[in-house]
Amino acid sequence: MPRETLDRQIHQLQDEVLLLGSMVEQALLNAVDTLKRRDISAAQKIFANDIAINEKRYALENALIIIIATQQPMARDLRLLASVLETIIELERIGDYAKGIAKVVIRLGDSTLPMPMREFSQMAEQAASMLHRALSAFINEDAAKAREIVLEDDQVDELYNKAYRAIVTTMIANPEIIDDANLLVWVAHNLERAADRVTNICERTVYIATGELFELDTDDSEETAY
Amino acid sequence: MTHETNNHYAIETRGVNLYYGNFRAVKDVDLQIVPQKITAIIGPSGCGKSTVLRSFNRMNDFVPSFRMEGEILFHGQNIYAEDVDPVMVRQRIGMVFQKPNPFPKSIYENVAWGARINGYKGNLDELVEQTLRDAALWDEVKDNLKKSGLSLSGGQQQRLCIARALAVKPEIILMDEPCSALDPIATLKIEELMRELSRQYTIIIVTHNMQQAARASDYTAFFTMDDDRAGLMVEYGETHQIFTNPRDQRTEDYITGRFG
Ligand SMILES: Nc1ncnc2c1ncn2[C@@H]1O[C@H](COP(=O)(O)OP(=O)(O)OP(=O)(O)O)[C@@H](O)[C@H]1O
Ligand SMILES: [Mg+2]
Repeated sequence: MPRETLDRQIHQLQDEVLLLGSMVEQALLNAVDTLKRRDISAAQKIFANDIAINEKRYALENALIIIIATQQPMARDLRLLASVLETIIELERIGDYAKGIAKVVIRLGDSTLPMPMREFSQMAEQAASMLHRALSAFINEDAAKAREIVLEDDQVDELYNKAYRAIVTTMIANPEIIDDANLLVWVAHNLERAADRVTNICERTVYIATGELFELDTDDSEETAY
Repeated sequence: MTHETNNHYAIETRGVNLYYGNFRAVKDVDLQIVPQKITAIIGPSGCGKSTVLRSFNRMNDFVPSFRMEGEILFHGQNIYAEDVDPVMVRQRIGMVFQKPNPFPKSIYENVAWGARINGYKGNLDELVEQTLRDAALWDEVKDNLKKSGLSLSGGQQQRLCIARALAVKPEIILMDEPCSALDPIATLKIEELMRELSRQYTIIIVTHNMQQAARASDYTAFFTMDDDRAGLMVEYGETHQIFTNPRDQRTEDYITGRFG
């Protein structure tokens, strides 16, 4: 085979994407866990760790640009590399959502606000699990799997609505906590958006496999999130 | 794509098979060339790209063992029909070769010669200037028109050869790896020139340089060799589609370097 170098470079890049993915997945789960435990020092660690996520994203982007410049990929290779670029950006953003949640933990301090913690935990677990499987489908270029995962986004949206209703209900009952409760809306929003970002990764998987570029999740979740 | 007679195409081939003696070099080509566009022909060595290209202006007539089946239509007329004058065909469908091959004459004569032979009645000086301008060479040679064409750089020689082809007022220009002997800058100049010329002319280019086909053409035809070593057209489509999402696995394998 005359193209071992490109294949090797692509495999390395895919491994690194998986690594970045697991860093982000962990950050998301940890963030919600620190919220549950109200652990401010753990939340500060998530902050520090986000720097590592960002650095990794830029290192990958750089490696990717070098492959494009030196190998001039075509067809499926080109679709794959373009999709890796999109995916590492999505991963970094999911990392930012985790950081945002950690920030909320710090801002809340020891406030005794009631929280829809069950919904938050479920959303985080669901989003993290979707992310994990989406990346494995991405690496395996498995369009069928990717399409299945996108369907699960509805469950996250449902949990979001539940959490949102709970928070608003609390606010109405006790207008004094509106500022803190607003932070909780932010948490719900970040978790919901994290799952949306996963569906973008799934779109890329379909693109690599088929060459078709379109939005898989059509229920306007971006609108309802605000 | 249809099989009806259609003057809409610059060239249309129907069931074309090309032979050297008993060897079928190219089989069953049905191809429609869109006018005033750049069509690239790509494929591995020996798949018959040059053979196909040369059949478009009957250059293969010079090979004694050459024989063809099928039809190659130009303005709806089969250029291999009995009553067609091959010289006329070559005037309307010009050719530029891999190695720049100016005549060992002055720059001026390289351009004027073909026109004069074809009985050009207008002002030759004007024709030479306009043609050299069209070939993006005028500014570089206007003070040295008496100098030998062979004294120019490779890239300039190739543009001179393009000017020579343009001087006889063709409709189609065939180019067989026109940049393979040129450096990247000279190559880009030819590609820019091709783009400019495609406003007036139909261009068909054979190239081994995948990036060149991707950069410089509107349509791409991918040829490969079958088990019997005959060349065949595997896929033909808009260039952006061929290079981002080829439909045939053989095309994918070739353009991503998995071939062979
Ligand atoms: N004059 C000839 N006489 C006999 N066989 C020929 C002649 N010219 C070409 N062939 C054969 O026809 C086949 C196609 O050759 P052709 O030159 O058209 O291929 P190509 O695709 O242009 O290759 P390359 O990329 O190397 O230029 C080859 O097997 C070649 O050996
Ligand atoms: Mg050739």
